[in-house]
Amino acid sequence: MAGWLEQNTLLLGLALLDGLAYAALVFMVAVGLNLVFGVLRIINIAHGSLFAIGAYTAASLGLFFAARGLPPWAGYVALVLAAALVGGILGPVIEAGLLRRIYGHEQVLQLLVTFALFMILEDAQKLIWGVQPVSSDAPLRLLGTVDVPFGEDVVPFTAYQLFVLPGVALATLAGLAWFLRRTLTGRVIVAVTTDREAATAMGIDARRVFLLTFTFGAGLAALGGALASPTTTLVPGIGAATIVLSFAVVATAGLGQIEGAAISALLIGIGRSAAVYLAPEFEVVVPYLIMVAVLLVRPQGLFGVVETRRV
Amino acid sequence: MSTPTPLTRRSALAVAAGAVSGSLLWPGSGRAQAQKPAELKVGITTFLSGPASVFGVPAKQTAEMLFDEINQAGGIGGVPVRALFVDEAPGTDHLVGEFRRLVQNEGVQVMFASISSGSCLACTPLSDELRKTTILWDCGTQRIFEEGRHPFAFRTQGYATPEVLAPLLYLLKTKPDFRTLAVINQDYAWGRDSWEIWKTAMDALKPGVRVVAELFPRLGAPDFSTEITRLLAARPDVIFSTFWGGDLVTLVRQAAERRLFERSTFVLPVAEASMQILGRTMPAGHIIGTRGDHWNNHPRPKDPARLARFVENYRRRFNEYPIYPCHHMYQAISAMQAAYAKAIAAKGGGWPNDQELAAAFRGLEFPTPTSTITLREDGQGLEDQIVGVSTFTERFPFAVPKDMIVFPAAMVSTPVGQKSVDWLKTLKPDLLAQVPAPIAG
Repeated sequence: MAGWLEQNTLLLGLALLDGLAYAALVFMVAVGLNLVFGVLRIINIAHGSLFAIGAYTAASLGLFFAARGLPPWAGYVALVLAAALVGGILGPVIEAGLLRRIYGHEQVLQLLVTFALFMILEDAQKLIWGVQPVSSDAPLRLLGTVDVPFGEDVVPFTAYQLFVLPGVALATLAGLAWFLRRTLTGRVIVAVTTDREAATAMGIDARRVFLLTFTFGAGLAALGGALASPTTTLVPGIGAATIVLSFAVVATAGLGQIEGAAISALLIGIGRSAAVYLAPEFEVVVPYLIMVAVLLVRPQGLFGVVETRRV
Repeated sequence: MSTPTPLTRRSALAVAAGAVSGSLLWPGSGRAQAQKPAELKVGITTFLSGPASVFGVPAKQTAEMLFDEINQAGGIGGVPVRALFVDEAPGTDHLVGEFRRLVQNEGVQVMFASISSGSCLACTPLSDELRKTTILWDCGTQRIFEEGRHPFAFRTQGYATPEVLAPLLYLLKTKPDFRTLAVINQDYAWGRDSWEIWKTAMDALKPGVRVVAELFPRLGAPDFSTEITRLLAARPDVIFSTFWGGDLVTLVRQAAERRLFERSTFVLPVAEASMQILGRTMPAGHIIGTRGDHWNNHPRPKDPARLARFVENYRRRFNEYPIYPCHHMYQAISAMQAAYAKAIAAKGGGWPNDQELAAAFRGLEFPTPTSTITLREDGQGLEDQIVGVSTFTERFPFAVPKDMIVFPAAMVSTPVGQKSVDWLKTLKPDLLAQVPAPIAG
């Protein structure tokens, strides 16, 4: 074992760097999904579509800025602007126009409604952006690459992958924790989540809290998509692929858990990367094997609390 | 258990009319004297959604454009053609149901199936059962005609074996000194099958190459950073990948950004369809293929005016260059036109029934924008393969091949009656002496 570790330490170090970046992207999507479930108690299948639309919008804005001759750093403005636009417009429209009508209904109905929305948004993407791959990587190119030592060799990583993705994910995690625990609005959200009736009786407008939370969750999904857009290529179906993995993260963490989402995203991200190095044939199933292993031991997820709602 | 197919009023009348005329007394209604229909309905299965719609939608556009052109010129045998499209994305169960519906309820005369090899494997037995001419217009699996006989199925383009063997021969001819190789293919039938074809042929033609990584990420994965890191660390001389669509675009962009193209020579047999999207991001100097011979800069197309007309008409209508699925659709439609012309002529101007139409396909020669394709006795089309090295010219804003080698289809196709893997094992290194020289420039 010691010999094996000695031989593979360098490779595992590389896997760790890859796993961190991957975990960061997965976390950004899963945390929004988890937040929405924690407060609204709705499993939003269309969350993947918000990710995809955020990514497409960011790429379109980035290409538009580049065509207008704006400097490459404007690509970063495009990422944030895309998340704000998608979250700020689609979030309230979906919550007020659709979800508000199905709160308290059976979960099967809620799943069907959000799945229908997912299908509609998938087709809307094809109508707007077509089916050919779309990409805009100005933010990634701007920062260039960093040579990571690997024995006597070096392995280039993009600085975006090494620093920006984990940095934004950490900032999001810290910001969310601070917002929910230290601000009045955050505490109101936690109160509604914990006991909606009592919170309403004390004068809290639960409808407003739901609207705010869903908008915020939609914005997080769109930000995840926007952050992913410089690293990947956008094609039809990208939302579906994302939502499946996000569910694995959320189920591993425990529904409604934010810090848990970060830990399980890390587990799944690093586990998947390690599989690429050590047993590539298991790469695809590793996230789900981790999920199954966790749920076998703790059916409520790593950090889930039985019969207690938490944000 | 199957559900009986409901009879439409029209089909009920047709059955009644057939019974009255006595044609139903003969086994197989297809032997009846066929009447010239009011329109020629063609069922086309293609991807209209999901990641493979990057191929399916351009192919659909091509079919619509060419059918418009055919109808403006008077149709086929004086009969206007109409396409009925089916999305392959929902899966084979849905596809098989739609295939039956189109043939039995809609009265489709010819079926075009499909992009996915899985779809073709599901649809081809239906062509046997329903005795309906089915053109396999894009799928590549070698299993179709190697594992069974399908008298009503015809593939109007090449298939996996020549599409993988030709790039390997190109590599062995132009860069024979490589010692190590890695593969990164998508984790599904095409990715696994194409690797088996490559590995089997490589072991026969150049034994001793060390495979340093075998990576099969999920189809449609948004990120290949980890795989690229591993390839950077392994430093193979050659990286073989049959990635396509958005996956290939992502792989090339991520690999180019991290200078993997500077360390290893890539061999990308399905590159052509992604070159427009990649533009200048595609590095020069790597081996690229197009699942056939239909490059925009084909060095000597058989009919340059036909190629230019097709490309220009497509560009004018859809504002992009046609990619290989567009050419494959063109080939299928061209084959259908040629087969109907042959069958109608053989019948002295009469409209062919299903058997007569299928008979016309056997041994058929039909023109494409770049060459002539012949259908073998097993139904497989013989399409030349052109492989070259990525480069940039003033004519196109994206990479095209230079130093192209035109591989004659018969040289790289498994002979009739043999299985590809068995045949590939018999290849000898002296095959390389038969490979034509690259066409300079």
